[in-house]
Amino acid sequence: MFRFRLDGSSGVPPYLQLVHQVRQSLLLGYLREGDRLPTVKEVAADLVINPNTVVKAYRQLEHEGLAGGRPGQGTFITATSSPVPPEAHQDLRASLEGWLRAAEEAGLDDEAVTALIAVARQDLRQDLEKERVP
Amino acid sequence: MTQHDAGGSVPALRTDRLGRRYGKVWGLRDCTLEVPAGAVAALVGPNGAGKTTLLEMIIGLLEPTEGQVSVFGQASRAGTAEALARVGYVAQDHPLYRDFTVAEMLHFGRAMNPSWDQGLAQARMDALGIPLNRKIRRLSGGQQAQVSLTMALAKHAPLLVLDEPVSSLDPVARLEFMRDVMATAADHALTFLISSHVVSELERFCDWLIILTGGHVQLAGPADDLLAAHRLLTVPRATPDAELPGRTIHRTDSDRHSTVLVRTDPVALAVHSRSGWQDGPVSFEQLVMAYLQRPSTATTSDNPGPAAARPGPSTKAVTR
Repeated sequence: MFRFRLDGSSGVPPYLQLVHQVRQSLLLGYLREGDRLPTVKEVAADLVINPNTVVKAYRQLEHEGLAGGRPGQGTFITATSSPVPPEAHQDLRASLEGWLRAAEEAGLDDEAVTALIAVARQDLRQDLEKERVP
Repeated sequence: MTQHDAGGSVPALRTDRLGRRYGKVWGLRDCTLEVPAGAVAALVGPNGAGKTTLLEMIIGLLEPTEGQVSVFGQASRAGTAEALARVGYVAQDHPLYRDFTVAEMLHFGRAMNPSWDQGLAQARMDALGIPLNRKIRRLSGGQQAQVSLTMALAKHAPLLVLDEPVSSLDPVARLEFMRDVMATAADHALTFLISSHVVSELERFCDWLIILTGGHVQLAGPADDLLAAHRLLTVPRATPDAELPGRTIHRTDSDRHSTVLVRTDPVALAVHSRSGWQDGPVSFEQLVMAYLQRPSTATTSDNPGPAAARPGPSTKAVTR
């Protein structure tokens, strides 16, 4: 069963954190079409949060077409998950973790890592653009 | 269960220009607010802000000097049995008869309340692992709080008022108590009004926020809407409040720039912002702390309800 988590210090409203986690898990292949999400009461008791917050998150997911309620059965994932197979994600994640470890050892803090990734992504995008237009 | 609906249906709680005077000092004045059915509302304020005065008038223990309280559309009269029956109350210090056993305590509850649900009370004690034959004084603080909550729940009152329910509990007992409250809120169509000092934990529990300082309501409404209506601006130090988009709630001036929490809307923000200004969202804790640190004002403009629009007698901030 899928389990939510809550980061109290992120500054992101709790209901949005729940929505983001479902979106992210769909992208990463942890959630697939037909999976049942925990009930409102299960999430409320598990995370010790207001059940209205969970209802609000589930409504947002329904609105986005990612999940749907079936009367008396619960809320289910209705969107198809990422076309990228989970194994590919695992490989990429493993190499990213290796890189993050190297960055940590080199003395980069979180902010420097984020900045470096943003710059590298921008450079890569420009390079790809150039390759496309010879 | 469904999320509460702020419009349309009868509010679980409504106070209309509610006030209570102690001698020459108003403990609470001009308090107009609504809590919709199904909400978990947090009541926040410093000591002496009038929280307990407000709660005691809501539960019918204290008679208002002026104004009135209605619970689910029915006016409450202090001291009447029906006013007491419609509101469940968990007091700060969980006043239980310490020499009673749990079973005797529940028996007492049954004798006092015509709508008492003994099945619910016993099932809760079983689920929480609290032995019925144990004396109240031999229970842990967390268990005493659970018994108190059970006494309130078994009355089958649609509105539950919890006054600082976790202030005497350690962090683990606090979490377990709130877990129980949240699960109960999911199971039953109940409305909660919870007063608390623990601002950092409130965001995950409440969807409705009421801030009370100096005997006056400073802010009240759906927590998400209130958060969206405030922004944190960083502007050059010399910028006067009048040039800012919206109403200044709290301001911190440093050498070169000022950080200002304003109540505003996207249009005002877009029209008035200048280059070099930064703005960002406000966290729940920042919002609450900004209002708590603010000098108390007698404004009721943040209150929902028709009374807010009515011209009222001018009120002075009371001494805290």
